[in-house]
Formats: sequence, C-alpha cells, structure tokens
Amino acid sequence: MRQFSQLLDGLVYTRSRNGKLDLIAAYMRDAPDPDRGWALAALTGNLDLKAVKSSAIGEMIRARTDPVLYEMSRDYVGDLAETVALLWPKRDDQTAELDDGSLSLAAVIDRLHGVSRAAAPDALAQMMDHLDSSGRFALLKLATGGLRVGISARLAKTGFAQGFGLDVDDVEQVWHALAPPYTALFDWAEGRTGRPDPEGTPYFRPFMLAHPLEADSVDLTDYAAEWKWDGIRIQIVGTGSETRLYSRAGDDISGSFPEIAAAFTGHAVLDGELLVKGEVQGAAEHGGAAASFNALQQRLGRKTVSARMMDDYPAFVRLYDLLIEGDEDLRTLPWTDRRARLEAFMPGLDPNRFDLSAVIDAPDFEALADIRAGTRDAAIEGVMLKRRDSPYVAGRKAALWYKWKRDPLTADCVMMYAQRGHGKRSSFYSDYTFGCWTPDGELHPVGKAYSGFTDEELKWLDRFVRQNTVARFGPVREVEKTLVLEVAFDSIHDSKRHKSGLAMRFPRIARIRKDKPAAEADTVEGLKKLVS
Amino acid sequence: MAHWIEPHPTGIYVRPADAWIDPSLPQERALVTHGHADHARGGHGHVWATRETLAIMALRYGTASGTAVGYGEEVRMGGVAIRYVPAGHVLGSAQIVLEHGGERIVVTGDYKRRPDPTCLPFEPVPCDIFVTEATFGLPVFRHPDTGSEMDRLLAALHVHPDRCVLVGAYALGKAQRVICELRARGHHDPIYIHGAMERMCALYEEFGVAMGELRPATGVLAKEMRGRIILSPPSALNDRWSRRLPDPITAMASGWMRVRQRARQKNVELPLVISDHADWDELTDTIREVAPSETWITHGREEALLHWCMTHQIRARALALVGREDEDEG
Repeated sequence: MRQFSQLLDGLVYTRSRNGKLDLIAAYMRDAPDPDRGWALAALTGNLDLKAVKSSAIGEMIRARTDPVLYEMSRDYVGDLAETVALLWPKRDDQTAELDDGSLSLAAVIDRLHGVSRAAAPDALAQMMDHLDSSGRFALLKLATGGLRVGISARLAKTGFAQGFGLDVDDVEQVWHALAPPYTALFDWAEGRTGRPDPEGTPYFRPFMLAHPLEADSVDLTDYAAEWKWDGIRIQIVGTGSETRLYSRAGDDISGSFPEIAAAFTGHAVLDGELLVKGEVQGAAEHGGAAASFNALQQRLGRKTVSARMMDDYPAFVRLYDLLIEGDEDLRTLPWTDRRARLEAFMPGLDPNRFDLSAVIDAPDFEALADIRAGTRDAAIEGVMLKRRDSPYVAGRKAALWYKWKRDPLTADCVMMYAQRGHGKRSSFYSDYTFGCWTPDGELHPVGKAYSGFTDEELKWLDRFVRQNTVARFGPVREVEKTLVLEVAFDSIHDSKRHKSGLAMRFPRIARIRKDKPAAEADTVEGLKKLVS
Repeated sequence: MAHWIEPHPTGIYVRPADAWIDPSLPQERALVTHGHADHARGGHGHVWATRETLAIMALRYGTASGTAVGYGEEVRMGGVAIRYVPAGHVLGSAQIVLEHGGERIVVTGDYKRRPDPTCLPFEPVPCDIFVTEATFGLPVFRHPDTGSEMDRLLAALHVHPDRCVLVGAYALGKAQRVICELRARGHHDPIYIHGAMERMCALYEEFGVAMGELRPATGVLAKEMRGRIILSPPSALNDRWSRRLPDPITAMASGWMRVRQRARQKNVELPLVISDHADWDELTDTIREVAPSETWITHGREEALLHWCMTHQIRARALALVGREDEDEG
C-alpha cells in the first residue's frame, strides 16, 4: 500500500503536468502486479467498489476517539478522510505509526470488494491499523469512492503509456477491450504478449483538429464552411450493444451525459459538438437552438447527473462528421463523401438529441466574411473551413482544416486584485481580477484573466502589483485602482456569480494601457450591452 | 492558588519579582524564555535570559542590557527563586521555573520532546502550575520520526540531480536543526543559505553548533546549485528570490505540513513534517509527567488541550496571550 499512497501524495503535491506523468510512469513500471493494475483502475475511475458512506467513517472514528476532539479536528482540517487518517490512534504496540507492509493494494481492493455494507466499517478499521497516515488516507479515499487527486483518466493513461514508451492513443484503442487489473495491458506493455484486440469494443479514435486561419482568404471551391459551435467537442462511439462518449482529450464522459449515450444505439463513430438546448439563439438560420456555453458548463465535470439537471439543461449533439459506419472505416474518404454519408445517416437518429451542423452557403470568401461578421449568436465561436478532399486524420494537419474564430470583443478594465500563479509562475502575480465602473463611481469585478501577456509584460505587471499593493487577503493582493487593462474576450453573459452580474468567456489581457487614466475605463452598463 | 503570578494578554507578570515573562510590550524587567520574536521583543529595560538567548536578541534588536542566567543557576528576585531549565525548542531556549511560598510554577515558553542536535533536551520539572504552549494542540498533529522526513528530503535530491531542493525553514532554530540533521545522515555537500540566515547560522557556530560548509545562495550561478540543498525562510519560497534557482523542488520543514491543504496552499511539493513544537502526544504526555495541580495554556489550539485536561481530571485554563504565533514558524 505504501507505494500507492506515496504515489497519491505525490500527485496531490505536484503541480506540473509533466511531474505528475513522471510519477505515474515510474509507479507503473516499478509497482508489482496486480497492484499497479488496480492503481490504474483507481486513477482512471474504473474501480467499481460499493462505496462506504462517510457517515460510517464518522461513526468508526467516534468509537475510537473523543468525539469532541474529533469535531475540533475536523473543523480544523476540513476533509473527513484526511482528518480520520491523521487522527487514527496508533496501536499500543507501536512506538511510531508505520505502514507495516502487510497490506498490498490488491489485498485492500479484494477486501473492499467482498465486504457487505454493514461489515465495511470493521473491515476498514482492521486495515487502518496496519497503515501510516498516508496509507489510511489512500484507503479512505478508495473506500468512499473518488480519489480526487486532480488528474483525469486521460492523464493516468498518458502516464502509463509514458512508463512503457507506448503511444497513449494505442493504449486508448485497446482500453475498452480490457478490465481491471489490466493484466493483458501490462503483458503487452512489457512485451510478453501482442497487442490486445480492441475489435467490438467502443474505443476512442483520435480527433482531427484545426489550425487557426492565418491566410487572408481561402478559395471556397476547395473549402467548405461550417459554423464553429461553442460547446465541447465530442466523439460518439457505438458498437450496437454499447455506446460511449469521449471528450477531446479522450476522457470517457458517458456518465455526465447519459441521455445522449442512451439515445444512440447504432454501430458507428461520429464527431460532433455537445450543446445544451437554448431558447431562441440560432434557431432559424443555423438549424436548431443552442444555449451559450454557460448553460453547458452546468453539466460538465459531473460523475453522475440528476433528472433535474437533465431537464433544466437538456443536452444534444450537433454532428460534424461520420468516421465509421458499421464495419466500414470512412476516415480515408474525402470530407465531401463523408458529409454525404453523414447526411444519409441522420434520419435514423433521434431528432431530439441529434442534429446536423449546417454547411454555410456563401458564394465566395468575402460573402462568408460578411456572414461571419454579422453573427452575434452566443453559441457560435466562429467558422470552420474544411478542405473538401480532406481525409479524417488524427491531430492538426497543415492546410486541411482551419478555425476562423470570431474577432474577440474588448473592454478597458481596471486591475483590482492580483494573485500568484502556480508552477513556474509561483513567484509572479499573474492572475488578475479587473473591474468596470458602476454609475455610482464604484468598480465592480467583471472577470479574471491570467494569459495574453508576454513574459516581459508579466514582469512589468508583477512589479506593478508589488509596488501598488494596498491590502493583502491571504494570497490575494488588492492594488491601487490605477492600471487600465484592455481585456479581450469571446463573449459575455449574465451571471449570478459576480457582483457586476456579468461573466466573460475566455478573457485575456490584450494590452496594458499605461496611457489611459483609470477613470476613462469602460462601465458595467456598457458591457451589459454586449451580452449575447 | 498562586496569587503571586498574573496572566495578562501581554504576558505573565510575577508580582513579588516585579518582572514579566515574555512580555509583548516593552517592560522594565523581562524574563525571556527564548529568542523567537513572539517571545523576545526589543525595548525592555533589563532582560534575564540564557547567554544564547541574549546573543540572539542582541543580533536582532541591537545591544540590550541583560543578565545571562546559566541553565540550572538560581536567581533570586523579590523572594522568588528563578531557574532556567532546557526546553528543547531552539538554541538557548528555556523553561522558567519559579518558586515562592512553597509553590512551584513552570513556564515552558515553547518546547518539544524529541532530540534536536542544536540544543539541550527538555527537562521535565514536576510543579504545581504548568504553563504550557499548545501550538499543535490537536490530536491530528502527530509528528513523524525526524529521520524518515530527512530521508525523504535526501531521496528527492538524489532522484532529481538536475534540480535543487529549496527548503523553507524558519531562520532561527529550524534551519540550523535541518542542516545538523542532514550532516548527521552523512550529507556533507555544501548547503546554500538565504542571506537572512547567514548571521544566525554564524551565531550558532559561535556557540559550538557545527554545521559543515555553508555557502550564500546569492551571487551563485544556477548550474552550481544543481543537485544541492538550499535553505530559505518560508516567506521567500514563492517569492522573487527563488527565481534564480535551477528548477527547485519546493519543500518546507514545519509541523503544519502534516495537513495536506496547508502544504498545497503554500505551493509546497515536498512537505517535511519537522517541528520545534511538541505534538499532541508530547503535550499530553508532558502534562501527565509533570503532574501539575493546574495547567495554564498560553497559545495555540488551546480549546482542544483544555478539553483533554478536563476529561483527564486536570484543572486547566486558557490564557489567550496576544501576539503569539506571529512568526512564520512551527
């Protein structure tokens, strides 16, 4: 258990992605079987244990320690599992707490698998006695379901792939043919057997991505234009008996959108944009209404979803492409042919959950530019340009697909607060909260940005914050309200979260306006007029 | 009991001696337990403290008029017999033992019970009133064995030869202790120290605490510091000062590191639970050992320790002294 608990601690404390990958890679190489397979299952969210309720854990500790001291400790520490892990009394025969090595991760999982809910607290308690505080923390996190060490399934798989010099997309392809503790996967990774056969399983295919458009124009006889919808890119993989949904990073998000997975029963692989249904936006001209990204955000990152959430924020998928139909791989066909196949595929789908992303009808590039400039739909991020003869290939390939984002909106805001960044930026004040003026002459925060500036500008901003601090609140510094920042953002929405009632999408610092007096920055009222 | 000493928010007043213990405001006569700024303030008329503590105060506040009291030596002041007994906290730290009218009171200042190569170990003195700190007065604070924490530090250093390990450690006490513990584990490479620690380290050396080769961390090329240990005060960990270092692994030596969120808030990647204060077991064991008829708790998580005393039939009260734990220590 100690190796696994040390891995979890490392993942909690390590900030950089590469650092986390190194830790996972080293663990996957060094840990014994089948522990490392169970660890991989835990990190990727594929460990299916009957969760022990936190109330049972509370009872367990109250029976072993003074309840008043437990409450005080919990108030101080915050997290239940951590409090209990730290508080657990050491055995009388121990001089210091230690992981005595008698419990392997596999043994722990085995025990948790077999135990009934009623017997779980006793079983847990017995195991706790053999572990140090890190081990107890890991055990309680496993038992209550959800490690919450801030890594995605994709990152765990990437770390695994790195450990054995594999390509993560290869790992992804075979993933669904396997089950914990992934013996066949490790056998393949260490060269003992061939690659597991993924056929018949709903595995992820790498997405085709686009470059930003840098040329002044393209010839629309070579390129088709489509709206770039502002949702999340999604891949639907159906085997006929099972359907999975994958995010752009390859994370399985079927659990967050069960209504979509349930609505698709076909045998095909599709590429599309996941959106939430809206009231009016884009209904007529773009084929079906979608709400802004804000609405979709309510549904993201949830492991399970309530019926209420599904009602309030009904999801649907706007389809872009058809990669595989039945046993036929269409990815080598030109886009024109795939598009025709996709259109022919549509009638078989539930119209309540799936629609087709319309192709924009424009005679030439100038006309397209006009159409793009005239669009203020919140669900549109810009325009996609796809070479009509392009095959569907993984990643970004030059000159095949372009994204032509809408020009950002900008506002002149005043810096109000600054906070230090993380990792390489941990000594720099690099996260800025900025505000605009109310009619009463107050500044209300309208957003927060931590990008858009150069390294030189960051140094200058950091110095400004240090020299103009008026108050400190923990890690946050309040600054003199004198510096105007020109902030670029993709769109702006009503929001209950901020005092100004506004929330920006993708705000970034476009320019530092040292020349502009703070009093001449924009007003909250002015920003409200930009709400889409 | 003991009408001759009075707790005030600004310190403990010993009436027959007309002297204050660790006063937070300037006083004519001050008895000081140790050199940390929340116990030793500048501006007192006359200070009684150990030779080491006086030297530390002189370094921090310039020359102050003071009387050096050796461990075990007895000073009489207005009918009160006063002794300074090792507290095991930092160099020169002392418990102040007061006897008057057949009663004995021990004021610990700050203390710990585990071995520290830079100072004498805590000596328990049975007493009527035990005035204790409670910095780590919650049962979640159970400091691990110091050796295992040092091993983790050295392991991180060896796994990343191209990086360096930057250890945040309080400039008085913790820094010198960490250096000595490293030396005791066979680490004899030069250790680089922040400018704010140089004079304190030199003072420790003068008092016979050998620390091996220390080099200033300023004015050194980043590549020279690869694979090295660097010590700085906690406040410099995430500050501009650390930008000069070669991809540092940020560590921190403090009892607070036992709680994950505390470490994460400070961007610490390698939390080292090394404390100069008693942990929960040490606090409660010490109270049992000196067996006072009354326990006074000066500062820290006093509520929990108070509750523990009550459930163990020990009379106790919390003093709520102001201005303690101001220093970034633990």
